[in-house]
Amino acid sequence: MQQHYPLFYTFHFYFFGVVAIASALAFVTRKSPVAAALWLVNTMFSLSAIFVLLDAQFIGVMQVLVYAGAIMVVFLFVIMLLNLGHPSEIADTRGKWPVFAASLIGIAMLSMIMSISRGRIAADFQVPVGFAAQQMEKYGAVGTVARPLFNEYLLAFELTSILLLVAIAGAVVLGRRKTADAR
Amino acid sequence: MLAESLALSAVLFTIGVVGVLTRRNAIIIFMCVELMLNAVNLTFVAFSRFYGAEGQVFVVFVMTVAAAEAAVGLAIIIAIFRHRQTVSLQNINLLKG
Repeated sequence: MQQHYPLFYTFHFYFFGVVAIASALAFVTRKSPVAAALWLVNTMFSLSAIFVLLDAQFIGVMQVLVYAGAIMVVFLFVIMLLNLGHPSEIADTRGKWPVFAASLIGIAMLSMIMSISRGRIAADFQVPVGFAAQQMEKYGAVGTVARPLFNEYLLAFELTSILLLVAIAGAVVLGRRKTADAR
Repeated sequence: MLAESLALSAVLFTIGVVGVLTRRNAIIIFMCVELMLNAVNLTFVAFSRFYGAEGQVFVVFVMTVAAAEAAVGLAIIIAIFRHRQTVSLQNINLLKG
């Protein structure tokens, strides 16, 4: 598992990691919802760069297209529709003590996740070093994702379409303006 | 790079949790949930680099669920706003015991 990484790789990994964390911190502290959304988009862009560095080019593209391009635009649309762009009293954070308690919970959780992630992974799950890179060379960036998606996970993939259909129907029903004679 | 990716993912997830706990604006809380989903995606991708490509398949599923969740959740927020003229969780406490 010990691999040597070139300085170029390491520098960009840490650079985008720091940018992602800084943007996430700016995101949770901004008063204005629009500024918060834009900082979150910045976090997603840096995460997409990290996905590319981790040999997941297709996921990096999907991250930009789906997350930054579609989901965040929907968020900004709703902020615009409801006219919530002003940093008014609704955008404020909770009081001093809840923030303090939340920070304590956050530190506890962070240390917990860190200690879990230091655990060893059973030998059954280990694959040879460079396995992902080999697959990438063999099937390409899209084929690496598509082959398991359409072979082993085909049923889950089809069920996902039902989920999306239900979500569309639910969004339409919830967002519909009720007329006077509806009930 | 696996340990670094997991650490970055843990930090981002924790920032999302703290955001959910400290903010009152329902839309920002939703965006914090998206940040947490993104952190989990980073974990999947980091593991997929070292333990096979199945992790990336799960990232695709997580993205689909996130899109569905955003659509339905924002529709709920719009419905609540129509009803109460606010999205602040301070005023939406009907289920509070």
